[in-house]
Amino acid sequence: MTVVDAAALTAWVREFARLVHDQRDTLTQLDSAIGDADHGANLDRGMTAAVAALEATPSDDPAAVLKTVATTLIKTVGGASGPLYGTFVLRASGALDGGDGAALAAALRAGYDGVVARGKAERGDKTMLDALGPACDALDEALTAGKALDEALGAAAEAAAQGRDATEPLVARKGRASYLGERSVGHVDPGAASATLLVEAAATALAGRG
Amino acid sequence: MKKLINDPADVVPEALRGLAAAHPELRVDHENRVVFRGDAPRQGKVGLVSGGGSGHEPMHAGFVGVGMLDAACAGEVFTSPVPDQVVAATRGVDGGAGVLHIVKNYTGDVMNFEMAAELVSAESDTEVVAVVTDDDVAVQDSLYTAGRRGVGVTVLLEKLAGAAAEEGRPLAEVADIAKRVNATGRSMGMALTSCTVPAAGRPTFDLPDDEMEIGIGIHGEPGRRRVPLAPAREVAEMLVEPILGDLDMTGGDGVIAFVNGMGGTPLLELYLMYAEVVAVLEKAGVGVARNLVGSYMTSLDMAGCSVTLLKADDELLRLWDAPVRTPSLRWGA
Repeated sequence: MTVVDAAALTAWVREFARLVHDQRDTLTQLDSAIGDADHGANLDRGMTAAVAALEATPSDDPAAVLKTVATTLIKTVGGASGPLYGTFVLRASGALDGGDGAALAAALRAGYDGVVARGKAERGDKTMLDALGPACDALDEALTAGKALDEALGAAAEAAAQGRDATEPLVARKGRASYLGERSVGHVDPGAASATLLVEAAATALAGRG
Repeated sequence: MKKLINDPADVVPEALRGLAAAHPELRVDHENRVVFRGDAPRQGKVGLVSGGGSGHEPMHAGFVGVGMLDAACAGEVFTSPVPDQVVAATRGVDGGAGVLHIVKNYTGDVMNFEMAAELVSAESDTEVVAVVTDDDVAVQDSLYTAGRRGVGVTVLLEKLAGAAAEEGRPLAEVADIAKRVNATGRSMGMALTSCTVPAAGRPTFDLPDDEMEIGIGIHGEPGRRRVPLAPAREVAEMLVEPILGDLDMTGGDGVIAFVNGMGGTPLLELYLMYAEVVAVLEKAGVGVARNLVGSYMTSLDMAGCSVTLLKADDELLRLWDAPVRTPSLRWGA
């Protein structure tokens, strides 16, 4: 059954853009504490451009939708989040093979692996991987257990949020927050926060699709 | 927030328009936000491309010109440029002798320049070598951090490698000089105030009147530790001693000493600090061969300074003295 089609992915992208825009100031505040106070503004600019690009060049091909988003993010965001989110979506686009939940899970896993390679980071470094990793695991687990996609995405969103919250006591080992050493403890990682929005957006946008 | 701006979203393109108007000898690609030397590409000369987030002016666009950079890419405030910008800059300065990318060690800068170099090599025969600066002794260099930040040494490196390229040296030699500069230079910075990113609208962190941050970078991020405000004499010790502890600067031809303002500190205080830095160096037996004092690598409106020491030798001093003609650094030309 095709549930992950171009329309569904476009809805996901739109919902993520909406969440980032709504929480732009929250993301920037998190980044002010342990980074350089631009995460909300940068991601908002990139996702606004991504939505505009999808409107300018709509496609029925799900992989093409993701590729448009990826190249737009790489072209517009800059910083670390541009290449990292861009790589996540680009790898997901390349790996997307089929229209069911398992295909989406495999695409997200490929995206996650791409971020690991590009950022040379791992889980526990206090980065977006701490939200994306648990989300991918939860999605795989739920689908393997025979759960429907929307239920599985709900579990993934919950796992992402838990992963995000678990970054608070960590010492940052990658990215700008790592310069703070012990002083990064006690703050949620902004990248893990925005990555959680990405997974939550998927759960919302694909709800009711099976 | 009180700033001389129109709209926070337009700060970078509008500043580039002003730079273009003030410096007709430069060529500004407004679409890609790249500032080129007016005569780029120079046939047979190694092209030097740098870039980074905006908000550090005059670095990097202020160092484009004869004897320094061939192009600078301007990212959003405190945000590295995107790969397309770096690709445009690289193509625009390629005079057949290859291109050197000068990259400060920040996760985003390194990734965007890497992606750009991959794109260039996929599409052309242009040889690109990257040198990454990581001179900030405030950061532990270990597997468990993103490594040391690229700070003050970047300015000195752009001058020294720029002079080597201007002499017509080949890419491998220019890159070797750049790497040597990074290997023998160290920096440490401090802040008296935070800074206000235009899009954020308020200071990045709160710093009480009687405290300062030691070990800051150039993006308004807090430093390694917060300490009570101290006289300049003691601040100079707090900045110079970690540098000397990290790298022996005694002997040889002395050092190039660079006291840099973070954007909101008057030159009066920077010269006062320079005197204190020289005093600390004298006590440590370190001679000063050349110096640079001023706000060359800023963090918007942050008050504070950084100290960079570069161990000099004959060749580096000769390259330092070579003519340079850019908007913000010029002598002998």
